[in-house]
Amino acid sequence: MLIMKNLILILTTLAIFSTLTVDAQKFYTRDGQISFFSSTPVEDIKADNYQVSSVLNSEGGAIVFSVLMKGFEFEKALMQEHFNEKYVESDEYPKATFKGAIADWENVSMEEDGEVEVTVNGSLNMHGVSNKVEQKGTLTIKDGAVVAAKSVFNIVLEDYEIKIPALVRENIGEEVEVTVEMEYKIYGN
Amino acid sequence: MIALVGCLLTFQLTAQDDLLDMLDEGQEETTDYTIATFKTTRILNGHSIETNAEGVLMFVVGHRFGRLSSGINELFGLDNATIRLGFEYGVTDNLDIGIGRNSFEKTLDGFAKYKLLRQSTGKRKMPVTMTALATMALKTNKWAEPGRENFFSSRLYYSYSLLVARKFNKMFSFQLAPMLVHRNLVASTEDANDVFVLGIGGRAKLSGSLAVNLEYHFIVPGAISSKVYGEDVQNALSLGVDIETGGHVFQVFFTNSRGTTDKLFATETTGDWLKGDIHIGFNITRVFTMYDAQKKRRNKGK
Repeated sequence: MLIMKNLILILTTLAIFSTLTVDAQKFYTRDGQISFFSSTPVEDIKADNYQVSSVLNSEGGAIVFSVLMKGFEFEKALMQEHFNEKYVESDEYPKATFKGAIADWENVSMEEDGEVEVTVNGSLNMHGVSNKVEQKGTLTIKDGAVVAAKSVFNIVLEDYEIKIPALVRENIGEEVEVTVEMEYKIYGN
Repeated sequence: MIALVGCLLTFQLTAQDDLLDMLDEGQEETTDYTIATFKTTRILNGHSIETNAEGVLMFVVGHRFGRLSSGINELFGLDNATIRLGFEYGVTDNLDIGIGRNSFEKTLDGFAKYKLLRQSTGKRKMPVTMTALATMALKTNKWAEPGRENFFSSRLYYSYSLLVARKFNKMFSFQLAPMLVHRNLVASTEDANDVFVLGIGGRAKLSGSLAVNLEYHFIVPGAISSKVYGEDVQNALSLGVDIETGGHVFQVFFTNSRGTTDKLFATETTGDWLKGDIHIGFNITRVFTMYDAQKKRRNKGK
């Protein structure tokens, strides 16, 4: 009898999972935008990356980002060279990745169009260093799909062992503001 | 129950990794171009394979003091300096043009530099960066022998180089630069108008902002026999450091040449290192970004 009970439990679980899988959708992009901005009294530095990849899985709300560091475009070519060569060392650490999940995914209703505030937590790996991060963001829902995601947050360079030499410390902020803007498509469509 | 939660957590984690893998899978392989083989467009006296990016204007001040061997009375050469002021401009990411004036023999110079190949890995693989360089120099000082018939063309010098460099790793870069110097007027019939010179240069980075550079220009023997200002012509050897701060690069070095123009250091170096005929040299560069070329390209694409 006990075996029977367990069997039923397992079967039900499997059934639930399989329905979930059937309904699961993935929202993805390969041309998302991430920008960062550093401001000091001496100089403002801004860079944009238009080749960010990201996937959001509607099953459980897992979300990942992959960013090619050499994809950041600066206003000044020399800044771009220094960024890759000296600060983030792109040859050794070509990508930054984030893997995590939307913590309050259950509260996101796909039925209603509009913007929803969410909290994302996970692990950000950059310059060979991983840190746990928790940030607020906004999802845009339209016609039962996540069509956009946006978040603005700060990163402390030291947390990722990105060293700024004393000679240019006045030009580069210790903290940079990161803006993430994704426009998702439904995967497979 | 704990096991179940554990199971779910692992499931969640692998799910994220799967998502990342999914991103990698569909990704086309890209070409990864090598950057910053050298810190600036010069190794020390000579050009490096580097060119200024599109829209970047560079101002260069090159200073060569007199010889250390000139003694205390000349403050070891500091009393006697030659200076070259120059501008370089990136017309495209691969084409660089420049002009300058050297106080030594009041020489005006100009050059054009074109990057033919870029070292890369990934989709397109290329082991070296190759840059072609043509320079021209015009001596504008008074004729040495005003009594005879002098031609304007006699003031002109040309050089053609093929610079080939490889960045072996983030520390070491090496460059070979075969060069042909053409002199319209030479001192005697014993001297050839065309001189072949092989430039060899390297850098070792000590930190993000500091590098040690070494450069040697070997003259293929037989082309030069006359003395220059009473001294035998030598191969140019230079050793120095690059210090980089934001938009500036400072190069400080020791060299047996007072040349800041190709024909000068390649064919008219007379200092003898062993006798202490060593000049302290400086190059100071400052770049100005005239416009954001990447943005311009991006807007064009839209």
